[in-house]
Amino acid sequence: MSQEGIKHEMPEQDPIERINNFDEVALGYDEETAIKEAKRCLQCSNPKCKAGCPVEVDIPGFIQLVAEGKFEEAAKKVKEKNNLPAICGRVCPQEDQCEAECVVGIKDEPVAIGRLERFVADYTSDNEEAKEIQQDQGKVAVVGAGPSGLTAAADLAKMGYQVTIFEAFHKPGGVLTYGIPEFRLPKEVVKREVAKIKELGVEIKLNQVIGKIKGVDELFEEGYDAVFVGTGAGLPKFLGLEGENLNGVYSANEFLTRVNLMKAYKFPEYKTPVYVGDKVAVVGGGNVAMDAARTALRLGAEESIIVYRRGRKEMPAREEEIHHAQQEGVQFELLNNPTKILGDEDGFVTGMECIRMELGEPDDSGRRRPIPIEGSEFRIDVDTVIMAIGQSPNPILINDTSKLETTDWGTIITDEETGETTKAGVFAGGDVVTGAATVIEAMGAGKKAARSIAEYIDNR
Amino acid sequence: MYRILDKEVIAVKIVKLKVEAPEVAAKAKPGHFLIVRVNEKAERIPLTIADYNQQEGTVTIIVQEVGFSSRQICNLEVGEGFLDLVGPLGEPIKTEGYNKVVCIGGGLGNAPLYPKAKSLKEDGTEVVSILGAQTADKLILEEEFDEISDELYMATDDGSKGHEGFVTEVLEDLLKQEDDFELAIAIGPMIMMKVVSELTAKYSLETIVSLNSLMVDGTGMCGGCRVTVGEETKFACVDGPAFDGHLVDFDEQLRRQQFYTDQEEEVKQCQHVGGEHQCHKKE
Ligand SMILES: Cc1cc2nc3c(=O)[nH]c(=O)nc-3n(C[C@H](O)[C@H](O)[C@H](O)COP(=O)(O)OP(=O)(O)OC[C@H]3O[C@@H](n4cnc5c(N)ncnc54)[C@H](O)[C@@H]3O)c2cc1C
Ligand SMILES: Cc1cc2nc3c(=O)[nH]c(=O)nc-3n(C[C@H](O)[C@H](O)[C@H](O)COP(=O)(O)OP(=O)(O)OC[C@H]3O[C@@H](n4cnc5c(N)ncnc54)[C@H](O)[C@@H]3O)c2cc1C
Ligand code: SF4
Ligand code: FES
Repeated sequence: MSQEGIKHEMPEQDPIERINNFDEVALGYDEETAIKEAKRCLQCSNPKCKAGCPVEVDIPGFIQLVAEGKFEEAAKKVKEKNNLPAICGRVCPQEDQCEAECVVGIKDEPVAIGRLERFVADYTSDNEEAKEIQQDQGKVAVVGAGPSGLTAAADLAKMGYQVTIFEAFHKPGGVLTYGIPEFRLPKEVVKREVAKIKELGVEIKLNQVIGKIKGVDELFEEGYDAVFVGTGAGLPKFLGLEGENLNGVYSANEFLTRVNLMKAYKFPEYKTPVYVGDKVAVVGGGNVAMDAARTALRLGAEESIIVYRRGRKEMPAREEEIHHAQQEGVQFELLNNPTKILGDEDGFVTGMECIRMELGEPDDSGRRRPIPIEGSEFRIDVDTVIMAIGQSPNPILINDTSKLETTDWGTIITDEETGETTKAGVFAGGDVVTGAATVIEAMGAGKKAARSIAEYIDNR
Repeated sequence: MYRILDKEVIAVKIVKLKVEAPEVAAKAKPGHFLIVRVNEKAERIPLTIADYNQQEGTVTIIVQEVGFSSRQICNLEVGEGFLDLVGPLGEPIKTEGYNKVVCIGGGLGNAPLYPKAKSLKEDGTEVVSILGAQTADKLILEEEFDEISDELYMATDDGSKGHEGFVTEVLEDLLKQEDDFELAIAIGPMIMMKVVSELTAKYSLETIVSLNSLMVDGTGMCGGCRVTVGEETKFACVDGPAFDGHLVDFDEQLRRQQFYTDQEEEVKQCQHVGGEHQCHKKE
C-alpha cells in the first residue's frame, strides 16, 4: 500500500463554468481513484479516525472494503452507523474530525475519508432492498426533519419503534433543504436519503408547526411514549445597526430559503422572487456566509464580498468552502465590521459603512478578539447586504412547552450523554441544544437520543 | 391536498374559499393566519383565517387578486385545492375584557377584521364597525358585520355607499361624539392603518393594527417580515401580525412592501414555462 503523498484529487466543475449554474461543484471519485485512495489507509489496529467520528463509523472497515472493490459491502458498513452518508460525505468538516485524527496525516495528507464515504453512498444509491421491521416497541414523535430528527427517527425505526416526524416546512431536510445550496448538496441527494428513512417505516407529516397546531403535551395525549425535539437554530441574528431594515438587507436564512427551498434561482418559472443587486456584501465568516456569497454570484451579482471582523485564520467556514469561494471570485474584506447600512429615499440599500479591526488577546472562544480601530470608518458601495452572523434556536415550540428549561442563549438544556431535557419523556438534540453547529454533530445527538429514548420507553 | 369545498365570488376580484383543514380549524383563533402553496412552483402566500368551523373541519379564507399568486388562488375551483397549507400561525388577538370597541376595516381588511369583531361580540362587547372600500361593489362582508355590530357605518371613495370619503373621516366624527371607546382595531391598506393610528393617537385611544408584511416561512426563521415597533425590531409572523398602531413604523413598512415590485411585474409579463430564466444567467 502506498501511504505517502497527498490525497487523490476529486474532479470539480471549472470555476468559470460553475458560477453560471447551480449544479454540484465537486463531482466525486470514480471507482479506480476510490480504490487507489482507499489503499492509502494503514488499517490501524487502534484507528484514531474512528474516535474522531461523532457517529462512530467503522472507518478502516469500510475503507478496506473499498480497497478490495467491494463497494456494496462498504456502503453497508457505513450505513450500520450513518443514516445520511451521501450528505455527510459532502458537507461534514472532515478536516476537523476523522481526517484530523488520521495518522497518515502526521507526515502526509490524511486519507480522504469524506470523499470515500461520498463515493460508497452514491455508488449504492438505487439498488437496495428495504427490509420489513416490526414496529411494536412504542410510539415516538420527532419534531423537525433536519439531520438530528432524521437520524433519531431512523435509528428508532431500526430498533422497532413506530416513529412520526412532524416538520414545519413543506419539505423535509431542515438546513440540508432550505439552507445548504444545490451546488454543494443537490436536493436529489437529500430526497434519496430521506426516502430511505421512510422505507424504514418512518412517517413524515409536513406543514406541522409543533407549538402551534399542537403542543408537546398533546403529542403525549395522542399516545406518543416519548418526544424528540430537533427543531434546529432557526432564528436569525441581526446586528441592530441603523439601516438594517432597508430593502436589500437579508438574513442569510431568508436569502437562502428563497433560493434553495423556493427555487428562486429558477424565477420566474418558480414564482418566488429574490433580489440580487450588482454588488453584494455578506457579513460573517462561516459556511453560511460562504454559501450566501457564492449563491449571490450565481444569481448574477457582479461582485460578492465577504465582510468578516477577524482574519482568514479565524474564519469558522470549512477550508474547502473558503477555497471554492475564492476560486469563484468571492472577495474577502477581512478585519472589518459594519457599523451602518446606508440607503436612498425609497428605502433601498446604497452602501455600507465599515470600521477596520485589529486582533487583540484571545477571548473565551480561544480566538483573538477583534477590536475596532478608532476613526478608521470607510464606506463600500453595495446594493445588497446579507447578514450571516449566526442563528439561535427557534422559540415557537420551546415557548409553548412547560417545564422545558433553556439556557440564557435560548438553547434547550439537556443531559449531554442522554439528550434528556428537564421535561419527562422529552429529549432534544442538534442545533436547538448546541446552537448553530454541524450536520454530523446534530446526527450524533440524534443517535444518542434514540438510544436513550429506547431505554426510557423499555424501562417504563 | 387541502381541498376547497366551497367557493363564492363576494366582490370584484375577491373570492371566499372554504378549505378542508380539520387540524387547523381545531386550533384557529381570531388573529391567526395560514400560509398556502398552490403547487410545486408556487410562492408561499400568507392569508388570514377569516372564519373557521371546528365541527366541519374547515377554515375560510378571503382572497383578493392583486398579483400572480393571489390570482392563481382566486382561480382555484371547488374540488381543487392547495398542495400545502400550514397554520395556524401568528399570535391570536385578545378579545375579552372590553366594553366598547370600534372596528375599522378597509378594502380586503374587512376579512381579517371579521373574526376579531365577531369574537368581541361573543364576549359581550359593544361593537361599532366602520367598513370602507373604493366603491360599493368592492365592499365585502357587509351582512356579516351587520349581524355582529351594534352600529355599522360605511364609507366609499365615490360615495356609492355610505359616507363619501375615507373611513377615517367617519371615525373622527365618532371620536368627537363618543369618548367611551376602549380600543380601536384597524385593518386595511398600510396607509389607512397609518392614518387611523395617527388619528386615534390624538384621542389616546389604544389601537391595534394587523400588518401584512412580506413573508416566507411564517415561523420566525427568515426575518423577512421585520417591522420596527417602538424602538424594537419585531417579526410580524411570530410577534404579530397584530401590533400597537401607535408604535409601528408605517413608513418603513410601506417601503418594504415595494421591494419586489419589479419582479412581480416580470411574473405577470412572462408566460414562460420550463427551464432557467435567461436574465439570471451571465454572458
Ligand atoms: C447555510 C448553511 C450552511 C451550512 N453548512 C454546513 C456544512 O457545510 N457542514 C456542516 O456540518 N454543517 C453545516 N451547517 C450547519 C448544519 O446544517 C446544522 O448544524 C444542522 O442542519 C443542524 O441540524 P438540526 O437537525 O439540529 O436542525 P435543522 O437542520 O435546522 O432542522 C430543524 C428542522 O426543524 C423544523 N422545525 C423547527 N421548528 C419546528 C416546529 N416547531 N415544529 C415542527 N418543525 C420545526 C425546521 O423546519 C427544520 O426542518 C450549515 C448551516 C447553514 C444554515
Ligand atoms: C399575515 C397576513 C395576512 C394576510 N391576509 C390576507 C387575506 O386574508 N386576504 C388576502 O387577499 N391577502 C392577505 N394578505 C396579503 C397577501 O398575502 C398578498 O396579497 C399576496 O401575498 C400577494 O401576492 P401576489 O403574488 O398575488 O401579488 P404580488 O404580485 O406579489 O404583488 C402585487 C401587489 O401586492 C402588493 N403585495 C404583495 N405582497 C403583499 C402583502 N403580503 N401584503 C400586502 N400587499 C402585498 C405588492 O406590493 C404589489 O403591489 C395577508 C398577508 C399577511 C402577511
Ligand atoms: S487513522 Fe487514517 S490510516 Fe488509520 S485507519 Fe483511520 S483512515 Fe486509515
Ligand atoms: S416570515 Fe420569516 S420570520 Fe416572519
